[in-house]
Amino acid sequence: MAKLKKTSRGKQKARRQFLRTVVLGVGVVGVSLLGYIPVLGRWRERVRPPGALQEHEFLSACIKCGQCVQVCPVNAIKLADLDEGFGIGAPYIDTRKQACDFSCDGLQCVLACPTGALTHHINYSHETEMAIARVVNEKQCLAVIGEGFKGQARGESFKGKLRYEDVDRWNPIKVSEYPYDLELCDLCVRQCPIEIRIAQCEAGKPPSGDENQCPPQHAIKLETIASEDGTVRKRPVILDGCVGCGVCEMICPPEPAVIVMDSTESRGMAA
Amino acid sequence: MKHLVKSVAVLLGADPKKPQADDYTPEASAMHAEQRADKSRIEAIHLEIAHKAQNKIPEKWRRRRWTVLIVANLLFVVSFQLDIQMLEGALTGSRFVGFHMADLNSALQVMLAYKEVGINLMIGTTTVLIMWWLLGGRTFCSWVCPYHLLAEWAEMAHDYLARKKIVKDHPFDRRVRTFFWIVFALLAIVTGYTVFETISPTGILSRALIYGPGIALVWVATLLLFEIFYSKRAWCRYACPIGLTYGLVGAVSPLKVTYNLSKCFHEAECKKVCEVPHVLDVVVKGRATEVDLFIGADCTHCGRCVDACPTHSLNLEFKGLGQLLK
Repeated sequence: MAKLKKTSRGKQKARRQFLRTVVLGVGVVGVSLLGYIPVLGRWRERVRPPGALQEHEFLSACIKCGQCVQVCPVNAIKLADLDEGFGIGAPYIDTRKQACDFSCDGLQCVLACPTGALTHHINYSHETEMAIARVVNEKQCLAVIGEGFKGQARGESFKGKLRYEDVDRWNPIKVSEYPYDLELCDLCVRQCPIEIRIAQCEAGKPPSGDENQCPPQHAIKLETIASEDGTVRKRPVILDGCVGCGVCEMICPPEPAVIVMDSTESRGMAA
Repeated sequence: MKHLVKSVAVLLGADPKKPQADDYTPEASAMHAEQRADKSRIEAIHLEIAHKAQNKIPEKWRRRRWTVLIVANLLFVVSFQLDIQMLEGALTGSRFVGFHMADLNSALQVMLAYKEVGINLMIGTTTVLIMWWLLGGRTFCSWVCPYHLLAEWAEMAHDYLARKKIVKDHPFDRRVRTFFWIVFALLAIVTGYTVFETISPTGILSRALIYGPGIALVWVATLLLFEIFYSKRAWCRYACPIGLTYGLVGAVSPLKVTYNLSKCFHEAECKKVCEVPHVLDVVVKGRATEVDLFIGADCTHCGRCVDACPTHSLNLEFKGLGQLLK
């Protein structure tokens, strides 16, 4: 009798353990699958570092190690948190805060990537397709209004950095340490890394002395608009050579920025 | 070979089996018989236990291990923060003075999800495979994984509360870890995403240390609370596919914890401190089929049993490959 009782208790214990285990199994797999929601729902449409594969392949191939983060001279690359689900630990660029200005010239993040999530098939800045710049807030554009710009492009407290070749070829400095005095605001064109390269190449001084660094197409220009009152007005126009690096968005003084990065098409997520 | 099959079966979640009469070597049988007949051993055991209660054995291996674990993780942190470039990246994928290294489970997830293997990933994976084969698979867990250290602290809290009868351990069926391994491999293939990486406390903690904390730490905290209040060492014992991956690599590794029957008093001090006590089934009276044995593949070589054993019957040793396959 006593033995019988013991066995049934043992059985009950085993049954409880089995049920617990089923709950654990389903629970852990269930929690991990919650990571699908931000990805499917496209909660965030991130600009990824240069050379990133199309979004789905990129998230598959990325080993979430952050080596790209470590080599970036302007610290443009950040890693996503758990709220991006399966995208956790994957690198992105918040272009308004700190864009990629290609100040490394050699696409260091691509070279650092151990898995090819940032494809090794590209070598130069103009070969990247991070996003496409879109003019979304033209009415606020200083050039459209016909205004110049004097002072720090994004204010005193802005931490973003850019490489200014006239200051230091190798070390990017804070944008706040480089005040401007412009008759008509042209910051988006003036600081565009593609436009800077084209100008260098035209002057016979390609970056690193390498002709291959010369972009074949212009990325952005200011187009004169008809003005009734005689003030000079221009509007920014995005051209085929735009790679979506985000420097124009980062440098744009008005809040919110006149130009933003749209990564849906370049990331294979166009509707 | 028989040992290897048994060791892998236990790793995958099988319960250790009682050996059959013909499994024993004559030497082991003779020793068991001798030990049973020797009444003085009982007294010696009591003496030993009394002695141990008074003299706490220093946890030599634990100290060494924590030092290595902290140094390894700090090396990642300072490499980035101070820009000394010794060990770049995170535990999932890194470069040691320029040489690629990839965590085996993370690399596996990427390979299954992306279905292409680049040359750098191949180099990194092979390097790490050889490294952890030499150093004994799950050695990664207890000597490098940052979650392991937090889980050890959670275990201390659990044990303390258990002694106070506030909490009780709720064990799970160990086969569930094999289930997780298979499910996460399949999910990577089917969805094309590195699904496990989303919840891997190893990756989350490593990145948090190097790149700064985030909300993902809430998940790690949840796991630790679960281990303190509900099930001791649950993640490492029953869930983590990384542990299983490394366990399989370490199944034929030259670094092993060795067991010697002749000195053992079968007090089971070792099993009390072990993260994976099923690997220490051989220390149970009458279970050792040979006088000298290796502890199985699920062992993390943490050395706590080596520290805990009052008779030095357990040791951490490098062995020739030939002996391993016998």
